[in-house]
Amino acid sequence: MIEFKDVSLVYPNGTQGLKNINVKINDGEFVVIVGLSGAGKSTFIRSINRLVTPTSGSLLIDNEDILSYHGKNLRKLRTKTGMIFQNYNLVKRSNVLKNVLAGRLGHTGTLRSILNLYKKEDIGLAYESLKRVNIEEKLYNRADELSGGQQQRVSIARVLTQQPNYILADEPVASLDPPTSHQVMTYLKKINKEDNITTIVNLHFIDMAMEYADRIIGMRAGEVVFDGPVSEVSEQTFEEIYGRSIREDDLRGGANKS
Amino acid sequence: MTKEKPSLTADKTPSIYPAKTKMQVTLIFFVIIGIYLFSMYWTQREMVGGIGGALGNMYVVIEKFFPPNFAVLPAIWEPMAQTIQMAILATTVSAILTVPLALLSAQNVTTFKPLYYLTRTFLNILRTIPDLVLAVLFVGLFGIGLFPGILALIVFSLGILAKLISETIESVDMNPMEAMRASGGNTLQVIWYALVPQVAPQFASLVLYVFEINIRASVVLGLVGAGGIGLILNQQLGFYNYPNAMAIIILIFVVVIVIEFISNKIREALL
Repeated sequence: MIEFKDVSLVYPNGTQGLKNINVKINDGEFVVIVGLSGAGKSTFIRSINRLVTPTSGSLLIDNEDILSYHGKNLRKLRTKTGMIFQNYNLVKRSNVLKNVLAGRLGHTGTLRSILNLYKKEDIGLAYESLKRVNIEEKLYNRADELSGGQQQRVSIARVLTQQPNYILADEPVASLDPPTSHQVMTYLKKINKEDNITTIVNLHFIDMAMEYADRIIGMRAGEVVFDGPVSEVSEQTFEEIYGRSIREDDLRGGANKS
Repeated sequence: MTKEKPSLTADKTPSIYPAKTKMQVTLIFFVIIGIYLFSMYWTQREMVGGIGGALGNMYVVIEKFFPPNFAVLPAIWEPMAQTIQMAILATTVSAILTVPLALLSAQNVTTFKPLYYLTRTFLNILRTIPDLVLAVLFVGLFGIGLFPGILALIVFSLGILAKLISETIESVDMNPMEAMRASGGNTLQVIWYALVPQVAPQFASLVLYVFEINIRASVVLGLVGAGGIGLILNQQLGFYNYPNAMAIIILIFVVVIVIEFISNKIREALL
């Protein structure tokens, strides 16, 4: 369970990233955070694995305040929260398997990982993860030989290999075309259901949020301005979140495939 | 009809650069030309002899140095090999020492500012000392021989290599490093998994480049007593044995060309 209690974050340059956030995310939920760029979606998600550190309030994960974590505690927290990025963030010159195995870094000793002495189970797990996103045939390809959608699937496999309790996805489809976007979201949704991993996704496409989310949190200027199940959300809700009328480019489209 | 068309007269089309930039560039151009003309005038006034003397001297030099005495070749193979060994040894040691120094002087890895500035300053000081000065210093400390030469080369190439590699590290894609950190990796794991694959080819290429520099530098270092072929060359010049010296110079020339050719080929394959 993730619980934001009056969390605020002010960046060193004075920008208010988060403003008095109070949100509780239950285990197994699939939450989509929507908002315009600069609304604080990324800051929200990155606070959870402490890539950024909120300046006040308390953030509880499994009933422990993570804001005081550092060193070993922090790495342990990051080990149980997997992250997916807009730009996939793979090591381009390394092969797919090595990229996926990087998900085990937090579970593996420094010397073992440097000498590539992974446990058999870990390598097996990495291969299984690749199979789950249907990219196992690219095992030994270099990451930069893959298309954007394939790279994002590899990064999902990396997160799966990590065996996290939470998956954080920061604009995972913003660099992809509509069909690939739906494919990636479908995998994320499937993993959420099958493994019961709490998943938090940042999106700015309204139709995708509506299609995949269980619950939608709307953000504007660092504040949560809407929080509720998808059934309560209408076009008007989005207009309130965005503070303007809905436009063509707020929609990803291409949802007609199934 | 023609008058209705938007007319593209000279004063209406904008020029590629604003007038102010044009003025500045023109001014700078003439200032630089002025500096050239002035220094040409000045050096001409101070120069004694001029080019006319050089042509005459050239004849004397050629007469003294040619034909080169290739009979000495068997005797100078060993010092030549020593020179190459010096360069190999010095390059290897400095390539190893470079790793921590380059990491500590890369702003994106060493986020602790004082440490970063400390290593940067240390490397800057290292680079300001010319290799010849280093050699003279170490020869003074350890006596004539290969060891001071190797030490001088290590310090000299460390300065170049650490600087070049830290700049490579700074230009690397930071996104994978963030991903490794987000998956719970510690600093060493992040460096090994996300940084090393990105800089490894450049690292190998720069080490080879510094090896080329070291070969040439080790010849010069020999002149001040730091061992190798340079030492022999200096001795032969001291004995006024110009045909022998010419044979040595030709050998050095050939060896340097061969090594640079091989090294260039390898570097092309790497990048």
